[in-house]
Amino acid sequence: MKARVTVTLKSGVLDPQGKAIEGALASLGIAGVTSVRQGKLFDVELDGADQAAAEAALGQACEKLLANTVIETYRIEMQPGQAAAAPAQTPAEDAAAEGPASPAAVDPAAATDIAARDTDMPTEGHP
Amino acid sequence: MRAAVLLFPGSNRDGDVARALRGSGAHVQTVWHAETSLPAGTDLVVLPGGVSSGDYLRGGAIAARAPVMDAVRAHAGRGGLVLGICNGFQILCESGLLPGVLMRNSNLRFICHRQSVRVERADTAFSRGYETGQAIDICVAHGEGNYTADPSTLARLEGEGLVAFRYCTRDGRITQDANRNGSLNSIAGIYSPRLNVLGLMPHPENFVDPLVGGIDGKPMFDSLAAERAAA
Repeated sequence: MKARVTVTLKSGVLDPQGKAIEGALASLGIAGVTSVRQGKLFDVELDGADQAAAEAALGQACEKLLANTVIETYRIEMQPGQAAAAPAQTPAEDAAAEGPASPAAVDPAAATDIAARDTDMPTEGHP
Repeated sequence: MRAAVLLFPGSNRDGDVARALRGSGAHVQTVWHAETSLPAGTDLVVLPGGVSSGDYLRGGAIAARAPVMDAVRAHAGRGGLVLGICNGFQILCESGLLPGVLMRNSNLRFICHRQSVRVERADTAFSRGYETGQAIDICVAHGEGNYTADPSTLARLEGEGLVAFRYCTRDGRITQDANRNGSLNSIAGIYSPRLNVLGLMPHPENFVDPLVGGIDGKPMFDSLAAERAAA
């Protein structure tokens, strides 16, 4: 199972890095940007097929380590591809529907999805 | 006085602070971060400056979850003394032993210079060698020392007299210019409510020997070494 965790500064917390980026965008002549806030993004892979348990584990991970909740908030998004196809099913129902159990270790479709997005990233021509 | 200096991967001021403590007569042991207990009879735990675990994620964030930190929490809970300097202050904030957080300096620059700080109270185990209101000559060297806390925490720190040091001019005035990292209320260091935990960004261990240009850090170590801790 894959998930994306986004950690951002709470509104009202001064973000000097965001301000510096804002200034750099303005100096590049990119018009219309009124505010930039910098955050962090974590792509996490988890064992098992129980989405609720995975979300609970990620919640703990955010509270205990990934975010400093004094200044930051976090958002957990389970990535579509595996569990999201049938989110209401319990693991037992999954097994019954699919016949022989096939633990969702790696989903080739999701991996391709990530790879495809990675190749979209420009590797040259950065200003 | 028996001091335990913690060593995290990336600590680099452990040797200096151990030397400063020994110079004031303390017995010093170094304790690796993966230990789960402190040496028997430890009076003071010191979290030295450095770049623990590369400061990955956030300054001090990984170190704050090291195995030894449970023992430090228990030690502080018993009233034992804890001193966190620079990265050590960041670790104390990340571990919840002190409130607030040290954000990127407001000017986005790593600052490294001589700095005056004002001693806000001279009645703690750490500060008995100073006078209240005294401006001491000390050094700072950090990229993330911009102390920030929510308004209620800040009001509590101020109301309960838990601000230990503030950035000031050489003659002790608190000015915007003297506060080079942008800390709220010019805060350079804070105490826990029981005054047994101190975190500060400046490096008192830099100035314990006239050979290197200053001795205003020495009274802190003398004060600590003279202390027979309650723990």
